[in-house]
Amino acid sequence: MASKETAKKEDDRPVVLSVQHVAKSFRLPTEQATGLKMAFLNWTKGVSGFTEQKVLRDISFEVKQGDFFGIVGRNGSGKSTLLKIISGIYVPDKGTVTVNGKLVSFIELGVGFNPELTGRENVYLNGALLGFTREEIDAMYDDIVDFAELGDFMDQKLKNYSSGMQVRLAFSVAIKAQGDILVLDEVLAVGDEAFQRKCDNFFTKVKKDSKKTVILVTHSMDAVKRYCNNAILIKDGMIIASGDKDKVADQYTLENIRVDQKHSKPKKNEHPEGLNDRVPVFRITPVSQTVANCSDPFLFDIEYQYDGDDGYIAIAMNDIKRGGIPYDSGQKNLHVKAGHHVLHMSMPLKLFNNGEFRLVGSFRIPNKTDEKRTDMIAYTNDDNSLVFAVRDPSNTRDYALLNDSEMKMTIQGYDK
Amino acid sequence: MKQMFERIQKKYHYAMVVFKELVKTDFKLRYQGSFLGVVWSALKPLMLFAVMYVVFVKFLKFTDGTPTFPISLLCGTSLWGFFSEATSMSMHSIVDRGDLLRKVHFPNYIVVASTTMGSMISLGINLAVVILFGFFAHAQYTWRILLVPFSIIQLYAVTLGFALILATMFVYFRDIAQIWEVVLQALFYATPIIYPISMVQNNPEFSWAAGFLMLSPTSQAIMDIRHNLLSPQYVPTVWDIVHNPLVCLIPYLLSAVILGVGIMVFRKYSAKFAEVL
Repeated sequence: MASKETAKKEDDRPVVLSVQHVAKSFRLPTEQATGLKMAFLNWTKGVSGFTEQKVLRDISFEVKQGDFFGIVGRNGSGKSTLLKIISGIYVPDKGTVTVNGKLVSFIELGVGFNPELTGRENVYLNGALLGFTREEIDAMYDDIVDFAELGDFMDQKLKNYSSGMQVRLAFSVAIKAQGDILVLDEVLAVGDEAFQRKCDNFFTKVKKDSKKTVILVTHSMDAVKRYCNNAILIKDGMIIASGDKDKVADQYTLENIRVDQKHSKPKKNEHPEGLNDRVPVFRITPVSQTVANCSDPFLFDIEYQYDGDDGYIAIAMNDIKRGGIPYDSGQKNLHVKAGHHVLHMSMPLKLFNNGEFRLVGSFRIPNKTDEKRTDMIAYTNDDNSLVFAVRDPSNTRDYALLNDSEMKMTIQGYDK
Repeated sequence: MKQMFERIQKKYHYAMVVFKELVKTDFKLRYQGSFLGVVWSALKPLMLFAVMYVVFVKFLKFTDGTPTFPISLLCGTSLWGFFSEATSMSMHSIVDRGDLLRKVHFPNYIVVASTTMGSMISLGINLAVVILFGFFAHAQYTWRILLVPFSIIQLYAVTLGFALILATMFVYFRDIAQIWEVVLQALFYATPIIYPISMVQNNPEFSWAAGFLMLSPTSQAIMDIRHNLLSPQYVPTVWDIVHNPLVCLIPYLLSAVILGVGIMVFRKYSAKFAEVL
């Protein structure tokens, strides 16, 4: 009920940033053409000397006043380019960006900081570059210095600051800057613990301020979950998830796990790693959403091809974060028919707390000497295995594997 | 309409703020760590002048014999120093400030403008020295001094025009730095600074060239400034050497054209600077 009310309230808020169908591509020089000679040679050869790389394909989203908006994505997904387009540093090839209000953007902290100038001069220079007049900076100067805890050092040259002090000063300018829309790129997690706590307080305060809008680009899912109310996930220049921050953050975690796997891709053989002529097809694919809740059973398919007789499939469930194998289906429990088939499988999840799991399959035939044992003839490699995550609002303590509703310790009595 | 006006005002207000801060910073950092600091602004052209005076006027007798020639030479070196320093430094300015342009959105012509303005400050100091020395070197100060600012604005316009073109080209073709160095040298000798224009005029083989030399906007502006500031009597201008008044207008028009082309070229390519750098 409460959430419905806030949802209704959100609709009334004005849109402060609107990005419509933005696309951007870069021309990457194949041969360095920063000289007259190369340019001339390329021209005579009729070589354009460039390859086109599409960084953003079609990005549309809106940010409303008071939002704490997260943009997440892997390295190279295009989020920094998007940020630069929002900030007006790059011009989009297609589409429009409309900003209502004063947008202050921090692609990097301490832009224009000069080691030969004093801390004070640097604050004014940095401030001017961000669009503040001397008077405006005068007004926020004390705040900035207080926040950075550098009162005694402001008349020292910046080159005599420690690196931590420089970052603190830059960060203070960033968050004390009185803009309507604050754009921050990967700037969290600077300074020591006390400073971190200060920043945390600040962000919590800004989150409550309905006038200030923050757009945050980050890798830290903790930050997204803690501060943001809305987020988008970018992959290959497209938005692949948007809306609720938790959903987006979980999706991002999965994206990263998937990529981890791809890194260990083997060389191209006729069969991918784990498969061979006897078992040319063997893979586990999801039917349910890969971000699953606890209450519904998790559905997935196993596709295989095996033309001998007496085949068995064993499935092991790995816990990616905590390690270990919470469950294994056993060597001889799943007897399968010969041929090319798809098995529909189901598995309950209500036991588990939130976590990421991987289902790995192995294909087995009976051992000729020992009847109880089987020999593995194929297995699912990282590409053919299935990764999924459990996310359920009723789960609270994620460090444990089993959740409260299924596992509980009780006091049976005292000794006297 | 009112909103649009406000927006334009805001835009230029921001540009002014950045401009001021950049000029200030550049000036502060220019003589960073040197003992004499700003004094070098005045000292350097004086020392250069001393060298030229000894070599060209005393040894090689490059003089028209007028009493104002030495002070005119000093003034010429200062003005040329401004032109060559401002264009060369501006050429590198966009690339040097690349880290800024890639991370903050601000009107990037400010970078070029602030660099030329830095040289302008030096020129101001130099001209003060010139005027001071003029009192001891037979300078004839008349009401015509009032015309000098116009010529200085013209010289600044030409300089800014070149600066904008060069800065843009340097982003794409670094070779331009080498080329410009040579062009500057050639232009320097094509400008009557170390030699009096009368030397060319009186040379029977090359007297026709005097007119051409005077038609370059830099020559014309520098001669105008020296004429009006130091000696209306001894320093000739383009009007004294070229007798067709329409042709005389060429350097003035050319100044406007150079500035116009500079602005156009820069506007066309500046949106992409952040990506190319």
